Amino acid sequence: MTPQEITERLKATFGDAITDAKLEGVVDPFIKIKAEAIREIALFLRDDIELQFDFLMCLSGVDFGKGLIGVVYNLYSMSKKHKITLKVEVSKEKPEIPSVESIWKTANWHEREAYDLIGVVFTGHPDLRRILLPYDWEGHPLRKDYKVPEYYQGMKVPY
Amino acid sequence: MDEILINFLGNDIIAYTLMAFVPLVWIVPYALFAVYLERKVSAHMQDRLGPMYTGGWHGWAQTIADILKLIQKEDIVPSSADKKLHLLSPYVVFIGSYAAFATIPFSSAYIGSNINIGLFYVIAVSSLVVAGLLMAGWSSNNKWSLFGAMRSAAQIVSYEIPSSLALIAVVMIAGSLNLQEINQMQSGWFWNWYVFKYPPFVFLAFVIYFVASLAETNRTPFDMPEAESELVAGYHTEYSGMKFALFFLAEYANMFAVSAIAATVFFGGWNSPFGEFLGGPLWGVFWFLSKGMFFIFIQMWLRWTLPRLRVDQLMYVSWKVLTPWAFVCIVGVGLWTLL
Amino acid sequence: MFETGLEQIKSSTGRVLRSQEMIINMGPQHPSTHGVLRLELVVDGEIVVDVIPHLGYLHRCFEKHAEAMTNYQQVIPYCDRLDYLASMNMDWAYALAGEKLLNIQVPERVEYIRVIMAEFQRIASHLVALGTYGLDVGAFTPFLYMFRDREMILDLFEMTCGARLLYNYIWIGGVSHDLPSTFVEKAKAFCKYFRPEIKEYNDLLTFNEIFIKRTANVGVLPADVAISYGCSGPMLRGSGVNFDIRRDDPYSVYNKFQWDVCVGKGEMGTVGDCWDRYIVRVREMEQSINIIEQALDQIPEGDVMSTIPKRIRPNPGDCYVRTESPRGEIGFYLISDGTGTPYRVKARSPAFVNLSVCPDICRGYMIADVVAILGSVDIVLGEVDR
Repeated sequence: MTPQEITERLKATFGDAITDAKLEGVVDPFIKIKAEAIREIALFLRDDIELQFDFLMCLSGVDFGKGLIGVVYNLYSMSKKHKITLKVEVSKEKPEIPSVESIWKTANWHEREAYDLIGVVFTGHPDLRRILLPYDWEGHPLRKDYKVPEYYQGMKVPY
Repeated sequence: MDEILINFLGNDIIAYTLMAFVPLVWIVPYALFAVYLERKVSAHMQDRLGPMYTGGWHGWAQTIADILKLIQKEDIVPSSADKKLHLLSPYVVFIGSYAAFATIPFSSAYIGSNINIGLFYVIAVSSLVVAGLLMAGWSSNNKWSLFGAMRSAAQIVSYEIPSSLALIAVVMIAGSLNLQEINQMQSGWFWNWYVFKYPPFVFLAFVIYFVASLAETNRTPFDMPEAESELVAGYHTEYSGMKFALFFLAEYANMFAVSAIAATVFFGGWNSPFGEFLGGPLWGVFWFLSKGMFFIFIQMWLRWTLPRLRVDQLMYVSWKVLTPWAFVCIVGVGLWTLL
Repeated sequence: MFETGLEQIKSSTGRVLRSQEMIINMGPQHPSTHGVLRLELVVDGEIVVDVIPHLGYLHRCFEKHAEAMTNYQQVIPYCDRLDYLASMNMDWAYALAGEKLLNIQVPERVEYIRVIMAEFQRIASHLVALGTYGLDVGAFTPFLYMFRDREMILDLFEMTCGARLLYNYIWIGGVSHDLPSTFVEKAKAFCKYFRPEIKEYNDLLTFNEIFIKRTANVGVLPADVAISYGCSGPMLRGSGVNFDIRRDDPYSVYNKFQWDVCVGKGEMGTVGDCWDRYIVRVREMEQSINIIEQALDQIPEGDVMSTIPKRIRPNPGDCYVRTESPRGEIGFYLISDGTGTPYRVKARSPAFVNLSVCPDICRGYMIADVVAILGSVDIVLGEVDR
């Protein structure tokens, strides 16, 4: 299916949960959706007989600037061989996005990484711990307003 | 040899003490040579050269340098280790493998102690090694060491059964447990060696013994106790310096002990393969040692060729393959001798 | 699979014996965690009840570094260091992402050079993977045989770009140097030499009875689990899924060559066991040789760098590009804000994703099997921790 058809199908089912869709004039066509709806939409994308997005290629946490952070989902269907990108934005003050771990198992570690580096809190994640940084690290380094701490455990950080 | 010494020195105690040192005079240079050989054999099997610098010609002094380094090294004892056991275990392990040399005939003129139950004694005393390994693993207070020790205890104890059964097949032919007598019965040309008797039963017994002896000395493919990709170094993880060297020495001494038993029991020991040609006590030492070294070479060859088995597969091989076949050997030899 | 018997056992005297699980630490300094991975093993005797991986010991802040660069090209040396056994493939994926943002086409000669380099790198990487896998199950010798042949590939790389491990060779818009004049001839000689070597490996390791016993029916990964966990590369194909990005989501000039995608068939045990993952790598080396030979024959003359400005400023936008690295799908998610510095670079590393399935397939096996399973996943910690 082309990105247009996928968007049509999603709009028909979820209506106003789809806030925006850029399908032409961009490198990768993407659909912006509301954070609360991501789990239902993800489940629909995976299980719908026409879509069958069974492979979550990548899940990236991004600091979009202007007080917004978010998550980008790159999906692929093994059987239908089509792709789509989903984007979700939330405010930095309340960075909560439902977890899709129960839909694609691979999201487990990807979401832990996004939590670790960007600070997105995935609600419903079974094991939301830091993954790359030490468990007692403070702050989320990939946020654009991140300040490198002076000391970590008594060790000087900037060398 | 013991009588000559007693007459010469006029004192039993000094004479027997000197006698007891003879195997040690062999073991230490042998271990140095065997470690060097192991490195060279592995290197040439793997398209490498191995040690080439120390001492000049093909790095012949490499292991001597190694042992000098080990002597100088700090002896590290983990702070939470059981210090007494930790200190004791390398000696127990070494004593276990050294004591086995007491009844092994090096030549028609030299045997440490010519006792009637020589073979039985060797099997029994080499079990002391297990106690030492368990002590080492337990006292190190390291979970990986404990794993290694438990594995090796289970492994050595279970492989003693097929190896003893295989030896019983030969004892039934010889009618004696005295290793010197077993040797004398195989004198003459090489077809008198027991390994060629009653084909294929004794040969099968030899194969069973050899496989089981690999496991008893913790050599690949049965080197689970010190499996370096799983347990890092097993029971001797927490040892350093001379204590580690003692474990190493014990391992190589053990390798020679089992090879010597294989040579003595199945391959005529100090007997020349060509009847009286190149016979005699001095040539006997040569034949005995070269047969032993040949089996050691095979052990090394296998080590650098085969992957390692898993613990449960190891037990499977012992109990479900080797032990039943060892019984087949005993029954076969028994029936053949009766008929 | 083994049953754990953790229920209480009554001794012969009627006393109840308590048994409990033990937690042991495997790594970060352990010979078979292939680097600084730390696994927390919950074991019942020798049987593994649970595995909890702890990552991050080799975290070098790749993504933060990339955002601090002053030029898109400057990120490439850092890409080299992601998967240090397959630097070419890492560079290529990043360069493709940059080119896609810039919307440029590279000269055809560049495409061929890149294919040749990437496939040589795949062979080199698989040789390390297979050799260390032999080490993991206790066979020392194959490792050195494979390193002997890997050296020849590294010689070819050194001849081309001067480096043996971290090449910085594939740039956005082209490659750093043209092939030296004797390269084609030497590469062909290597291909001719290498084919029979694969048989030697098979004789020594692949079809060794003990090796099969150790790896067949161990760590079985069913196809649906593999897809759900996002596994890729030999891990996914070992589970019987016929999927290869080079063929199913083609990039560069791969569709001009004749070659096969190798999948695990469960020849020695169950589909998706460690042996299947191993044999997929062995057969992929053969296919890579096929591709290289065809590419060497067809390689056209031409420039090796397209005309792009020294300082690249792509239009604002984002893209996700994925390629097939030796370990699986390496993807780069790149966001440009119109300046000369990448706004966000996310590396989707195959080993990171493949490793996440490990706890699931390790449960119920022995400690020795955990080593075998981890080896068959073929992780490179530089890429897991980034």
